[in-house]
Amino acid sequence: MTSTPAQRLWQRRLVLTLLLAPALLWLFALIVLPHIDLALLSFRTRSAPRHYQPSLTQYRTFFTEPLYWHIFVRTAVLSAVATALTLVIAFPVAWVITKVAQGRASALLFVVCLIPFWVSETVRALGWLILLRESGVLPALLVKLGITAVPVELLYHDATILTGLVYTSLLFMVVPLVSSLESLDNSLIEAAYDLGANGFAILRDIVIPHAAPGITAGCIVVFMLTLGNYLTPTLLGGKNSQWFTELIYTQFIVRFNWEQGAAFGFLLLALSTTMVALGLRLSGQRFVDVMRRS
Amino acid sequence: MTTPDLEVASLAKRFADYRAVDDLSFTVERGSFFSILGPSGCGKTTLLRMIAGFIAPDSGDIRIGGKSMQAVAPNRRPVNMVFQQLALFPMMSVGENVAFGLARRGMPKEERGRRAAAMLERVSLGGAVHKRVDELSGGQRQRVAIARSLVLEPTLLLLDEPLGALDLKLREHMKIELKQLQAAFGTTFVYITHDQSEALVLSDHVAVMNRGRFEQRGTPQDLYYEPATAFVAGFVGANNRIAGRVVGNSGDIAEVATAQGWHVHARKSGAVALGAAVEAFVRPEVAALERDAALLPKEHPQHVGIVQSLLFDGANSAVLLTEEVSRFEFRVALPQTGRFADLKVGERVYFSFDPGRAICFATADQVPS
Repeated sequence: MTSTPAQRLWQRRLVLTLLLAPALLWLFALIVLPHIDLALLSFRTRSAPRHYQPSLTQYRTFFTEPLYWHIFVRTAVLSAVATALTLVIAFPVAWVITKVAQGRASALLFVVCLIPFWVSETVRALGWLILLRESGVLPALLVKLGITAVPVELLYHDATILTGLVYTSLLFMVVPLVSSLESLDNSLIEAAYDLGANGFAILRDIVIPHAAPGITAGCIVVFMLTLGNYLTPTLLGGKNSQWFTELIYTQFIVRFNWEQGAAFGFLLLALSTTMVALGLRLSGQRFVDVMRRS
Repeated sequence: MTTPDLEVASLAKRFADYRAVDDLSFTVERGSFFSILGPSGCGKTTLLRMIAGFIAPDSGDIRIGGKSMQAVAPNRRPVNMVFQQLALFPMMSVGENVAFGLARRGMPKEERGRRAAAMLERVSLGGAVHKRVDELSGGQRQRVAIARSLVLEPTLLLLDEPLGALDLKLREHMKIELKQLQAAFGTTFVYITHDQSEALVLSDHVAVMNRGRFEQRGTPQDLYYEPATAFVAGFVGANNRIAGRVVGNSGDIAEVATAQGWHVHARKSGAVALGAAVEAFVRPEVAALERDAALLPKEHPQHVGIVQSLLFDGANSAVLLTEEVSRFEFRVALPQTGRFADLKVGERVYFSFDPGRAICFATADQVPS
């Protein structure tokens, strides 16, 4: 069968559209639609039962209520700290996997990083509870070793939340780092060494610039996951966690104030977008390049 | 006498049961171009990496400029290396690449920028300072890699098959350029390669390496005309290898018979006893070819061959013959006059060679193959 170029172009477009359809439907139904609805929700108040009118009340509440504002900043700062800690811990791990371990050992190490993810996040968080609670394993060990006189409560501190967040996020940092370090030619490191560089100069001038897209990608993913995490801060931080996602949960489920919850949701979205944009600007990367190269 | 730039004394390195470098001693004079030629796996890369400091030797010593390099890290050795894949830093500009080593020495930014630019000028890349590495051609990258090392004024420049990744035409061109660069800078070059043509064209001295040892050291001419071992004869330049047994001796010429009964004559290298297994080597350009037996020199033994295939390669054209009696494959270089341009496959021709220019070696414990 012969067809004109115009027909063939049309056919190609049809195929492309059909292939993209599931992804587009998914994006539209689960991301775009709910967000449009949330946006509408967040910009209205109930004036009387079943009567609503547009307003900025929810956003005003956020900015005038110090507690909300405090939790918002605290969540952002702790997430950034957790991201930085994850990077510092994951980098040597990725380095060992790609540059130090050989063959099977390297694959094995990677699997070891992956294994905790076979268990659900809830169970893993409960594992931390068993380890850290006052009558748990670690406090008992500290007493036995004579470091503390009585068992101390290790739960419900900011450090506990950070530990849990870092633990949960580690793999999402290791994977992009491994893939970007894998593509680093060892001879570049040797060449730098040969030209007189020491370990620090090699890391600063060769390794980090090469791994920058992987570092950025990992940080974006970890930061977003951490910022939006609900389970780990709630379980490990208890009443003290003061995580922004908890506020959203409370507004939607406990207070049944969907309008306020929607506004908080949008503020969180704005926060993560701003922080990611800031991070990209600071590290001189472009989002598309980062996502492509990692 | 000046101190040699490189002295290697009883150097050895084993990997498990494998002797990569086996009790090696040699010196390289200041300002010379020294090549180590050998097949892959002969230990030449291990040797080079020990000189650079990336591998610690098991025993022996390396002295560079008279100083022992034991316990001196690669970044503190007066040695720089041009890597096989060049290893230019893609995250830096060409100028930054060249200035990298200077920066590591704590040279101020302006000074090192000036020096890097001057060095790039010397390798005819003056305009490339601000270019990205991937904007350069293969040959230009090569020059940047060399400039990056030479700007540090090393006592010794190590080159690890730097032409290996280039295509043939560029490789030929870079050979000449490397030789000119070395002459211009006067730096001592230690060059490793498996390409005998590179080693012969570039070097003042070549060491042929095999199984962790040097088979022979000498000028390219020595290696080509006076190979010390069968390995060198077989590895350097094209050669017809004829394995057989000695059936006659007259002066320094031995008569060698192959298992199929072909008799050839070749000069003996070292002691070759009657009845000993030997390998004779005849270079393709040593043999003369004629259609008429009477035109061949009378004083050399004559052989008859059937043209099996014509290997046209311009000035390097050759013809592959099978010797009539033994069906032995023998390669003869064609004269560049084009006199045998009309040679046909299956034609019967005569050939001979001067036994004095052929050479045979006793194959100690090896079965002739």
